Amino acid sequence: MAGAPLLEVLAPGLLTTVQDLGRFGYARWGVAASGAVDALAARTANLLVGNPPGDAVLETTLMGLKLRVLRDTRLAVCGGDLEPKLDGGDIPLWRGAAVRAGQVLSFAGPRRGLRAYVAVAGGIDVPEVLGSRSTNLTSGFGGFQGRALRKGDLLAAGEPAAAGEEREFDPAAAGYDGPPWRLRILWGPQEEMLAEEGRNRLLSSVFTVSPDSDRTGLRLQGPTVPARPGAPDSIISEGIVAGAIQLPADGQPIILLNETVSGGYRKPATVIAADLHRLGQIMPGDEVRFEAVTLEEAVRLLAHLEERVRAAFRPPLPR
Amino acid sequence: MSETPFTPRFRFMGERSLLVELGERIEPEANRRVERLLRRLEQEAWPGIRELSPGYRSLLVVFDPLAIPPAELPGRIQALGAAAGESRRPPAKRIAVPVFYGGDHGPDLAEVARRLGMSEEAVIRLHGSVSYRVYMIGFTPGFPYMGELPEALSLPRRSTPRTRVPKGSVAIAQRQTGIYPVESPGGWHLIGWTPLELFHPERRPACLLEMGDEVRFVAVEAREE
Repeated sequence: MAGAPLLEVLAPGLLTTVQDLGRFGYARWGVAASGAVDALAARTANLLVGNPPGDAVLETTLMGLKLRVLRDTRLAVCGGDLEPKLDGGDIPLWRGAAVRAGQVLSFAGPRRGLRAYVAVAGGIDVPEVLGSRSTNLTSGFGGFQGRALRKGDLLAAGEPAAAGEEREFDPAAAGYDGPPWRLRILWGPQEEMLAEEGRNRLLSSVFTVSPDSDRTGLRLQGPTVPARPGAPDSIISEGIVAGAIQLPADGQPIILLNETVSGGYRKPATVIAADLHRLGQIMPGDEVRFEAVTLEEAVRLLAHLEERVRAAFRPPLPR
Repeated sequence: MSETPFTPRFRFMGERSLLVELGERIEPEANRRVERLLRRLEQEAWPGIRELSPGYRSLLVVFDPLAIPPAELPGRIQALGAAAGESRRPPAKRIAVPVFYGGDHGPDLAEVARRLGMSEEAVIRLHGSVSYRVYMIGFTPGFPYMGELPEALSLPRRSTPRTRVPKGSVAIAQRQTGIYPVESPGGWHLIGWTPLELFHPERRPACLLEMGDEVRFVAVEAREE
């Protein structure tokens, strides 16, 4: 049955794309990583239906996605609570569940968080392009025909692994505690652009996420973060990772997400790896504050997060 | 070629990526150091390295901080001595890029010529008079940042960037020249157009140009003279 469609898009919602954990190894060609913004939710959804963590999933934003299931399968919805419903009745997040042909999965709207991830047994089957199934929306390749899903699209799934036990995941382990969001940062790479006043302003201010935020970045509005007098506006263009906090001349920070590969703006600080998945759930209008940690703390926080996540599956994942 | 020794400067971008700066300016020597370190780290293939992202004068090394302790990485890279070592890379590709200059193909050529106080033909001749190094690919997939444009052609970027620059546009700004591989916004001056396909994700290789390649522009009409 591989190749026969598994899902029919009845309504695409605000923005739904096929994503995996990202496209790596092609930055030298100007190719950004793309991938699920909340990668923790994407890999958890896969694990809950018996897939490897890096299979392709659907990432849907805010509201409106409606899918008809065309064959019996298992699926899991993880990430933001966009009020998922199966045939109009509530279904729980963070739990693998059997669904039958003809059932309809829909998302009514955000109760908490911004992006939900739908994994199906076998993974969404789209061709791998440059080593990944993620959609690069900016350049129009990868994912499903290089674009966001539309009404009428038919999605196939790969060959599922043998049906395992039904699992659930305790999202308390993932630390989605906002809004307001407290994001931990590490100073650098261009921390010298800020004098003490600028550092204090970044750490003591409450920022609001602007409505023109998207998969490329979270634009923050708040008190101006002043650069050190005489610091140059731009730097020689260099590579960038998700979580880097760009500070343009207007003093309003932008947290870059997965779609930027290089750039020439200064970045005084970077969100730590243990908080990256939370960036995917921050809504326009939410409040954000920053807290600085050390390199050693950042690594320890990541190790703790991975341990907690590993221990949050019931029954436990097979080793 | 003998190289001046350069002590790299390391900057973390989060606990999962390390920027290795190998020069202070946009210059071929710094860019060659970046290229050498890139090739060397590719050969080393250390477990836990996820991405190597070269810039003009820096290499961003993205890694799994639970596999490679971040504090150890600068020392491991320094110990390679790769930035000062011999390049094992085969010679750079030399590519001739055919260009239709001016008119609808290069809507800014007339204004560029006027602002520089020279004829359109002189701009075309100067643009094609030197070969360019591909310093890095960025902005959009396949976009080559190339230098150095002759000083006589140097202009600041357009004060108002275009929201749509056609695919294949050949452009100049400051001491650089580039080619837009896909339709995108852009603030450079469009002086010509090439039919070359710079990036196609399903072609092998997907990207026509790489850092270190040498590019010459050849005016299509001029060849018929």
